[in-house]
Amino acid sequence: MAAVGDTIKQVKGIDVDQYKYGFVTDIESDKAPKGLSEETVRFISARKNEPQWMLEWRLDAYRRWLDMKAPTWARVDYPEIDFQELYFFAAPKGLEEGPASLDEVDPELLRTYEKLGIPLKEQEILAGVRRQGEPSKLDDAGLRDSGAGRVAVDAVFDSVSVITTFKEELAKSGVIFCPISEAVQHHPDLVKAYMGSVVPVADNYYAALNSAVFSDGSFVYIPKGVRCPMELSTYFRINEQNTGQFERTLIIAEEGSYVSYLEGCTAPQRDENQLHAAVVELIAGDDAEIKYSTVQNWYPGDAEGRGGIYNFVTKRGDCRGRNSKISWTQVETGSAITWKYPSCILRGDGSRGEFYSIAISNGRQQVDSGTKMIHLGRNTASRIISKGISAGRSSNAYRGLVRANPSAHGARNFTQCDSLLIGDKCSAHTVPYIESKNPSAVFEHEATTSKISDDQMFYCRQRGIGEEEAVALIVNGFCRDVLQQLPMEFAVEAQKLVAISLEGSVG
Amino acid sequence: MTMLEINNLHAGVDGKEILKGIELSVPAGEVHAIMGPNGSGKSTLSYVLAGRDGYEVSEGSVSYNGADLLALSPEQRSAAGLFLAFQYPIEVPGVATMTFLKTALNAQRKGRGEDELTTPAFMKLVREKARSLKFPDDMLRRSINVGFSGGEKKRAEVLQMAVFEPALCILDETDSGLDIDALRVVADGVNALREPARAMVVITHYQRLLDYIVPDRVHVLSHGRIVRSGGKELALELEKSGYAAYAA
Repeated sequence: MAAVGDTIKQVKGIDVDQYKYGFVTDIESDKAPKGLSEETVRFISARKNEPQWMLEWRLDAYRRWLDMKAPTWARVDYPEIDFQELYFFAAPKGLEEGPASLDEVDPELLRTYEKLGIPLKEQEILAGVRRQGEPSKLDDAGLRDSGAGRVAVDAVFDSVSVITTFKEELAKSGVIFCPISEAVQHHPDLVKAYMGSVVPVADNYYAALNSAVFSDGSFVYIPKGVRCPMELSTYFRINEQNTGQFERTLIIAEEGSYVSYLEGCTAPQRDENQLHAAVVELIAGDDAEIKYSTVQNWYPGDAEGRGGIYNFVTKRGDCRGRNSKISWTQVETGSAITWKYPSCILRGDGSRGEFYSIAISNGRQQVDSGTKMIHLGRNTASRIISKGISAGRSSNAYRGLVRANPSAHGARNFTQCDSLLIGDKCSAHTVPYIESKNPSAVFEHEATTSKISDDQMFYCRQRGIGEEEAVALIVNGFCRDVLQQLPMEFAVEAQKLVAISLEGSVG
Repeated sequence: MTMLEINNLHAGVDGKEILKGIELSVPAGEVHAIMGPNGSGKSTLSYVLAGRDGYEVSEGSVSYNGADLLALSPEQRSAAGLFLAFQYPIEVPGVATMTFLKTALNAQRKGRGEDELTTPAFMKLVREKARSLKFPDDMLRRSINVGFSGGEKKRAEVLQMAVFEPALCILDETDSGLDIDALRVVADGVNALREPARAMVVITHYQRLLDYIVPDRVHVLSHGRIVRSGGKELALELEKSGYAAYAA
């Protein structure tokens, strides 16, 4: 938390409109024909030069999707999406083949990442790619060469992964970290064995849609006993107008391995709503651990609720092995609509699932987010810490399911849901579902709702802290339990986002 | 020169007038005590001086070092060197005392157009001040005022005062909720901050605190007015006779 001061300084230094990433990069784009049909699916598959089995898999998903209906149970309200008005694939032109180095990357794109304020460490690493073989600047800063504190970045621009750094070094330890389209080409056995094994093709409406038209995403494979030598990081960014973005991420951690994966998202300002429906699947073997962190600040729409991203995401982890562990940490500050429930299936005996969440809504944003912890194995444990902050005229719902199946002897869960309200026109809702089919299961649930008090504001202001800075300080304090779970690279960025997303919420 | 000059100050909350023509002047280097029965307007005076929302001034003026204090926002007053030690310090969960101090100090420095302190310089400053006040390190890491005892909260207020080095300190019922040992610790901390460039206004119901923080002047506040002023012996007199004479 010592970083709050710096954070606020950085925030104050931002001399742009509310949404600082609201710019458009002028890169020619190569789109699929408008609308969704079997032809669209075939076009995408062909553009990616996919093998027949992948195409069949997509077509199967598409046909199932046709018979499905969009879910309506979430506490969100939006006009029906016209899928025939969307583009389902857009690749920055000239990048389809995949550049071998940064020299081949469109400089406009690199400037884009610069403007995005990608954390310093990652920027240095990106620069380091240009001078391969030279000592990294980070080494001067006292960081060891073991990879500690370094981040490998797989940047996704619209739909095609454009740069993958540190791939060679990762390969040395047997780690595979590449765009999923590349994995389909080079590691088809792994993809075939695991893709769809956690989130089945027809799991839900948006997962089926994603399965049919997924454009790109990341693939991570950590072999047995390997502790991934660096944090893996992906930046998703939606740039093309009216383009749905359908990321597909698959992370496999074999027995006794460990990986920490960071995902950050930003999008330029648009008037039209943009659909995002990602699927993320995690598989942890015996004694393996996966830590998945997200900072999401997609365009939330303007003050009247026009524009903004629709974020319909299916994220699920399968603790397949004994004593495996999957931990989701998310900071959600953007999107007009968020529909997202990163979940854990606690299959292996002694496995553990964690969910740490900060969801901030302002303006007219609607958030319906939470988690599912499905206890199947014996002595499985889960922990849920959710912090919802609503401001403006937003609606913020936590929706969670904790279930112990009959086999889940000794299952334990602890859930804490805290809501903070700023102003009197927003709302917070907590919808916990708890189902226990095993008498030995112990589930605890705590929930609080509070407001930033006038006393707190006056106290801070008397100490010289201005109103917006005071709100940021108080909210960062409210979220501290969760912020502490974030890898350091993201913690500062997350605090900054907390402040940015609450700008204009007081006064 | 007079640091704080209050002339004919009328102020209240929700349309109800509580302060009815306060006259007070406090020169730099002096400690003034304001004593009075409950409901006389002591806390209202401290909130009006600090600029709390909802406290409206209907008449009169307050000048601070020659400038119009009432024209400034609470944070501007803070940057200008006005510090209010709260009767009931406020809890801010999840914000470590150290973080709070740093955020506040840098905000004040920024408000004065000064550079922010670097983290090492700040840490050094706080450690020094904390040591001199025997303020334990682990409390610097705890959320500010959360789970602090009454005594700890008041000591945290004094620590803030020591770190911010304000020109004008207003202490609102700093003795409330303190046992005699805690009172002595807090008073020692306050006394250590007495210096020619700094003025203090000590608001208290009881004379007890003034045994430890000996004032230069004592004022009696009753029904929203200063009804009597005198030297430190006035406090002793009040201790004997009570406020009965002023309560009617």
